Amino acid sequence: MIWSKRSTSSPSRADARLAGLCSAAAGLVAAILLLIVLFLLHESRPVLQRVEWLRFLTDASWHPAEGLFGLAPMLWATLVSSAGALLLAGTLGVASALFCRFYAPPSASRWFRRLVALLAGIPSVVFGFWGLTVLVPIIASWRPPGASLLTGILVLTLMILPTVALIADAALAAVPEIYLRGAAALGMSRSGTILGVALPAAKGGIIAGILLAAGRALGETMAVLMVSGNVVQMPHSLFDPVRTLTANIALEMAYATGEHRAALFVSGLVLTGLVILLAMVAARFGEVRHHG
Amino acid sequence: MAEAESLAVTRRWLPEALMTLAVWGSALLVAGIFLWLLGDLLWRGAGHLSWSFLFSSPLNAGRAGGIAPILVSTLLILGVAVAAAVPLGLATAVLLAEFLSSHSRFGRLVGLSLDVLAGVPSIVFGLFGNAFFSIFLGLGFSILSGGLTLACMVLPILVRTAEAALRAVPDDWRLAGAALGLSRTAALRHILLPAASSGLVAGLLLGVGRAMAETAALIFTSGYVDRMPSSLFDSGRALSVHIYDLSMNVAGGDGNAYASALVLIGLLILINGTSLWLAEHWLNRRILTP
Amino acid sequence: MTQAFDRHTLFFPETDGEAYTLGPLQSGPLCCVPEPLIRVTNLSVSYGNHPALKDVTLDIYRGCITALIGPSGCGKTSFLSVLNRLTDMIPGCRVEGGIRIGGQDILAPRLDVSALRREVSMIFQKPNPFPLSIRRNIEMPLREHGMKKRADLDEKLERVLTDVGLWAEVKDRLDKPALALSGGQQQRLCIARALALEPSVLLMDEPCSALDPLSSGVVEDLIGRLKGRYTVVIVTHNLAQARRIANYAAFFWLRERVGTLVEFGQCRQIFEAPAHDLTAAYVNGARG
Repeated sequence: MIWSKRSTSSPSRADARLAGLCSAAAGLVAAILLLIVLFLLHESRPVLQRVEWLRFLTDASWHPAEGLFGLAPMLWATLVSSAGALLLAGTLGVASALFCRFYAPPSASRWFRRLVALLAGIPSVVFGFWGLTVLVPIIASWRPPGASLLTGILVLTLMILPTVALIADAALAAVPEIYLRGAAALGMSRSGTILGVALPAAKGGIIAGILLAAGRALGETMAVLMVSGNVVQMPHSLFDPVRTLTANIALEMAYATGEHRAALFVSGLVLTGLVILLAMVAARFGEVRHHG
Repeated sequence: MAEAESLAVTRRWLPEALMTLAVWGSALLVAGIFLWLLGDLLWRGAGHLSWSFLFSSPLNAGRAGGIAPILVSTLLILGVAVAAAVPLGLATAVLLAEFLSSHSRFGRLVGLSLDVLAGVPSIVFGLFGNAFFSIFLGLGFSILSGGLTLACMVLPILVRTAEAALRAVPDDWRLAGAALGLSRTAALRHILLPAASSGLVAGLLLGVGRAMAETAALIFTSGYVDRMPSSLFDSGRALSVHIYDLSMNVAGGDGNAYASALVLIGLLILINGTSLWLAEHWLNRRILTP
Repeated sequence: MTQAFDRHTLFFPETDGEAYTLGPLQSGPLCCVPEPLIRVTNLSVSYGNHPALKDVTLDIYRGCITALIGPSGCGKTSFLSVLNRLTDMIPGCRVEGGIRIGGQDILAPRLDVSALRREVSMIFQKPNPFPLSIRRNIEMPLREHGMKKRADLDEKLERVLTDVGLWAEVKDRLDKPALALSGGQQQRLCIARALALEPSVLLMDEPCSALDPLSSGVVEDLIGRLKGRYTVVIVTHNLAQARRIANYAAFFWLRERVGTLVEFGQCRQIFEAPAHDLTAAYVNGARG
C-alpha cells in the first residue's frame, strides 16, 4: 500500500466541511433579504406607530415639518411615469426585437444587437444627465419648464428599452423554427407570420421581459430624479413637474430626521412591496412559459 | 375581374408595407436616439478629457481639476464589494449547483430570496445600507459601508451566473471524479471550478459593471467627499455620484460631468465587453470539447 | 464515523500489495480460479417508483472477465453502477439486496464510499479525461489520495501508461491537454488513470462503443490483457467481442419492463449451449 490508511476517511469529511461552509454562506445570503425587510420595518416604526397605514395614501400632501406624510402624489407619479415608459419601451423594444429576428439583414441585426447590449450597460445617472442637458432644454423651449413627467417618461423609456428588446429577442429566438416554416408553407405573409405565429408563441417570454422592465422602471432613481422637476404634486398633464417615490427618498434622506426619516423608509417599504409583487407575477408567467 | 385582383393584391400589400415601415422606423429611431446620446457624450466630453484630468484632484467643487481621488474611491468601493460578495456568492453557487438537488427546500428558499433581492430597487439598498452599515454597525459614511451595500446588491447576479457556469460543466467529469474516489471538494478544486472559470469571471465582471453603474445606493452610504481617501473608513465619492453631483448641485459643472461620464462609460464598455467576450469564448470552447 | 473498507481482503491470496507493480500485463497469473470475489444476492434497483432491475443473484469470479450482455435498457448499466455505489449520485435511486465484495457488505450505509470506488474502478462509455494535461489526469487523483513524492508519481505515470500501451505515443507530450488525444487514446488514458489507483475490480460500461473500429480493437486487446490481474465486469453490445475476451457471461432481459438476469455461466456455454430459450434466441438472432 502506497498511501496511508488515514487518508481514506478524509474525503467525506472534507466534503461535509465544505457543504457546511457553503450552507452557512447560503444562509447568510438568504438572511440579507430578511435583514433588509427587518431594517426597513424597524426604521419606519416611529411613524407607523403614530400614523395609520391608509393615511399615507389619503393625507392631503407631503409636509414632513407638519407631520403630513401623504405619499399619494409621489406614488401616482411613480406609477404614471413607469406606465408611460412601459408603453413606449414595450412597443419600441418588441419592434426592435422583430427587426433583429425578421427584418434586418444579418450584419445589421448583429450590430443592432451589440448597440442594444451596450446600452443595457449605460448607468442610469448618465441617462439622467443626458436628459437634463439635452432633452429638458428641448422640451422647455416648447412647453416650459421642461423638467416634467414627459421627460421622466422619455428617459425611463431609454433606460428600460434594452431590457425589453434583449428579452423579447431571446423569446423570439426560442420560437421553434418549425412553427415559422409551417406558417411559410401555408403561404402566410411575413406580417401574418409575425402577428399570427411568432408573437403568440413568444408571448410568455415577452411579457416576463416587460414585467422585469417594469420593476426596473418603478425602482429607478437617478434618471427620473434628474429630469422630472421634483415638485410634489399630482400629475395632471405630461408637462407638469413631478416627484417619484424614489426621487423623494434620494432628495430628502440627506437631512431627514425622526418621523420624516421614518416616512422615507415607509416609501422604501412600499417600493419593495410593489417590486416583489411584480417579481411574483413575472415568475408565474415564466412558469407558464416553461410548462407550455 | 381585374379590379378584384388588384384589390386582393393591395389588401395583402398594404398591411405588409405598414408593418415593415413600423418595424424599420422603430429600429432606426432606437438606433438613432442611442447614437445621438453616445455622440453627444463623446462630442461634449472629449474636449475636457486629458491625462491631467485623470490624475489631478477636483478644484472649485469639481468645475475645474480632475477626478483622481474619485477614481481611487470608486476602485476601493468596488474592491470592497468584490471582496465581500465573491466568497459568499461562490459558496452559495457551489451549494446550489453541486450539493443540493433541485427539490431541496433550503435551496429553493435561497433561490427565492435571491430572486426577490435581485428586484429590490437600488435606492432601497441605499436606505438599508445607511441604516445597517452606516448607523447600526457604526461604519458611518465610508467606503466600507458603500462597498458592503453594493456587495448585497450584486450578490444575486454573482450567485446566478456562477451557478449557471457550474451547471454547464458536463456531468461526465463529476462521474469520472466520483469513480476515482475523489471527494467533491477535490473535484471542485481541480476540475469543476477551473472548467467553469471563464463563466465565473464573466459573471463577476457583469456584477462589477452593475456595481460601477450604481449611484442611488451610494449617496447615503459612501457619501460625497471628493478628497483622496486615506482609509476604508473615509467617505469617498464614486464616479457616478460625481456625475450626479456636478450636474445637479454645481452650476457650470457640465463640462467635467461630460468628461466623467465618458470615463465611466469607457470603463463599463471595457468591463461588459470583456464579460460578453468571455461568455461567448467559453461557450465556443465548450462546444469544441468532445 | 465511516466504516473502513479493507483493501487487504481483495488482494490475491498468494501476493501482497506489490503484486500490482509487476511488469508487462501479459505475464499475469493464470485466470479463473473459480473463486467468487463479488457475491450479489437478490439485488433490486429502482429509480423513484420505476423498478429497473429485479432480483439478480450472481457471483463474479476473481481475476476473470465477466461480460454482461442483453438488449438496451435491461438494467446492465444499473447493475454496474451499484457495484461501486455510483448510484448514490442519482437522486431517488433505491437499492435492495446484498452485495459482498471480498466478504465486505458494500451496501452498508456508513461505508467509506471513496475507498470503495478506488478499489472498484469504473470506465465509462464515453472517454472522459479531465480537461487537464495528460500528466495531471493521472497524477491529480494520486495526489488527492496521498501520494505526494515526485519520484513515486513519475514512476507510476510511466508504468500505467506503459501498461495501457500509451507511453510510447505520449511520452513527449505529457504536459499537453488530454482532450487533444484521439478517442481511443483518451479511453486508454482513462483506463490508465483508473489502474494508477491500483483497483482490484474494473467496471467497464461499453468501453469500445464510442470508438472507431481500429481504436476499439486496441482497447479490446488491452482489456483482454487485464485478465488475471484484475477482476473485470464489462457491459457490451458487441457479442463477438464478449465472446473473444470474456470468461463468463451474464444475459439480462426485460421481463414486464423490468430488467432481470436470465442466465449466467461460462462464456462458451452461454454462446454455444445456452440453457435458456431467450438466451439462444438472443445470441443466435443477434449473430445471424
